[in-house]
Amino acid sequence: MLAAIRHKVLSGTRLTEADALALFRSDDLFAIGRLASHVAEKQNGRHACFIVNRHINPTNICVNRCKFCAFSRSKGEEGAFELTLEEILAKLADASKAKPRITEVHIVGGLHPEWPFEHYLDMISAVRKNHPSLAIKAFTAVEIDYMAKISGLGIEDILRELKKSGLDFMPGGGAEIFAEGIRNRLCPEKISGDRWIEVMEAAHRTGIKTNATMLYGHQEGIEDRVEHLLRLRELQDRTGGFQAFIPLAYHPKNTEIGGFYSSGIDDLKTIAVSRLVLDNFPHIKAYWIMLGEKVSQTALLFGADDVDGTIIEEKITHMAGAMTGEGMTRDDLVHLIRKAGKIPVERDAFYNHLKVYDY
Amino acid sequence: MNRKELKDRTMKRIDNKTALDLLKTADLLDLGEQADNIRKDLHPEGRVTFVVDRNINYTNVCINKCTFCAFYREAGHPEAYVLSDDEVFGKIDETLALGGTQILIQGGLHPELGLDYYTGLLKAIKERYTINVHGFSPPEISYLARKHDLTVRETLLVLRHAGLDSIPGGGAEILSDRVREILSPKKIKSSEWLKVMEEAHRIGMRTTATMMFGSVETPEDIIAHLDALRSLQDRTGGFTAFIPWSFQPGNTELNRQAAAKKRNAKIHPATAVDYLKVLALSRIYLDNIRNVQASWVTQGLKLAQVALRFGANDFGSTMIEENVVRAAGVSYTVSKEDIVEAIKGAGFTAAQRDTYYRIIHFF
Repeated sequence: MLAAIRHKVLSGTRLTEADALALFRSDDLFAIGRLASHVAEKQNGRHACFIVNRHINPTNICVNRCKFCAFSRSKGEEGAFELTLEEILAKLADASKAKPRITEVHIVGGLHPEWPFEHYLDMISAVRKNHPSLAIKAFTAVEIDYMAKISGLGIEDILRELKKSGLDFMPGGGAEIFAEGIRNRLCPEKISGDRWIEVMEAAHRTGIKTNATMLYGHQEGIEDRVEHLLRLRELQDRTGGFQAFIPLAYHPKNTEIGGFYSSGIDDLKTIAVSRLVLDNFPHIKAYWIMLGEKVSQTALLFGADDVDGTIIEEKITHMAGAMTGEGMTRDDLVHLIRKAGKIPVERDAFYNHLKVYDY
Repeated sequence: MNRKELKDRTMKRIDNKTALDLLKTADLLDLGEQADNIRKDLHPEGRVTFVVDRNINYTNVCINKCTFCAFYREAGHPEAYVLSDDEVFGKIDETLALGGTQILIQGGLHPELGLDYYTGLLKAIKERYTINVHGFSPPEISYLARKHDLTVRETLLVLRHAGLDSIPGGGAEILSDRVREILSPKKIKSSEWLKVMEEAHRIGMRTTATMMFGSVETPEDIIAHLDALRSLQDRTGGFTAFIPWSFQPGNTELNRQAAAKKRNAKIHPATAVDYLKVLALSRIYLDNIRNVQASWVTQGLKLAQVALRFGANDFGSTMIEENVVRAAGVSYTVSKEDIVEAIKGAGFTAAQRDTYYRIIHFF
């Protein structure tokens, strides 16, 4: 079976659902890793990217209650927070004074019960006004859908307004796992997989590039993972609007469903299979916050070509028991990538190379 | 070296030149796959073992002051301590309550503790408990021998008579005197470490062997270390396992020295890729040591799981208490259940073992 898949990959033939399942079921970690690495090198050479960025979570108050989430709170609950625009700007001012300068801000948060749509526009406009050259990556499909709901506007109107205010790019969160049964168990209040796809398709049509994610390692089966990947591939065929795919390893602490961390071996295999199945995605990201910097680095030899960035302050995964630090320095990231035998590249939000560390 | 060539050249015992070549140039996945194959040959049952034990660090007072260590204190320092017998017993009670079979007793080289302290402690433990005492690494044994003008063999016999069962492989660091001169100028030299182990093996005691890499050593030093272990094992067969781990720079003199030399410079800890490479090479090179441990204490559970496919077949200890690595700023809190789940999650059956790698209990 693997030999046939290998032949397909080397000849550039698209893998089928059965192939993807066979890869997940196979114990031949090394053959899968090698094959994924081959594809990654064909697409991105020996380059592995990182970005100097900062995360900002405007609020953890959320009307949804996803069972895998340790971040969300109700209004008034202990630990609930909501940042004012001034506080957001202050965090950004600090980050842009520091060296190296951040080139991207990543803004995602809960679905706040009281904030009107205008508040989100004000947030983006204020960031844009104060940081004209900073790339603004903000709001998952779930938040976009929520803004449509509270404002009565259509998704496309929401996206156009946000873009006009300064939004450049959207993260890929909220995809979780598309399969209906499991999704209903994990996050019954969250938008469906169909709706997530619909929002992303609208974003791509509006000229907003996005990422895509998959939350794995909780209760899903490999069939669910494969279905998820194939739906992303299918949308990417239609729009070409996805930049990176980011498999997100489930973290069990302080969540309602509990359970265990995914294994490091599963993490590597999931990266590799994603690289092989998502033949139309330019990048596969081994997000170090979720995998840990050690597995993330190793993943660069299993098909990943990006580790995300400096981040500075990470809350969502840390509240669910992330064992990583909250941020890394540029120096750390360069070292990590170089020691994996790859050429570190600092990129901007759009994967333009800002600096290649090829010495 | 391509994959086929790597496979051919590692079919039988590899020489140092090949080992160096592999460490410097081999593709990590090729090296890992070969180590994985060797592990499967040695342990075809698809089982990963661990021991339930506790580290008991009887004192942190140490005259050696190694530059890579964040644990030691000088005598008289407010944080300096020596555990009382009752404190040690309390820790053993807890260990047994958790299904433990072994205690790992190690400590600093305390200038005021003589052989009486050690034999007294061992006898007191053995009178009260049935538990394997895995204790006193070669620097401690050698220090006691010198202090009392005994031979290493005599010291070992006295300790064994008092109740010492087996000896941990700590203090090996890198068995290269050039490196030891930088890391631990006062610690016993390579030849003395090897001598203590050889004497222990000769009187029938089993020991482990360790290697701490990722500080200031060269690839050549790593090979010299492995060579020394393999040669000794050829003579005695006394090593039960090899445990490579990586230097943790937090709070250490070595890191402070680096920072002082160059502003803001710091020592980067060995990365995951470095660790997996050294681990895989060790599995390939040490053809006469049956078990290789993954170090979740220094690598975290996820990479330790990956290590099970890069040559390791044992998950070490549950470490009910670990103080030395934690002093260097690295702390992964892990329960026995976490270890069992991690092993299963990596695709193996989990089994609790004793000090001698005999299975006690399957999960």
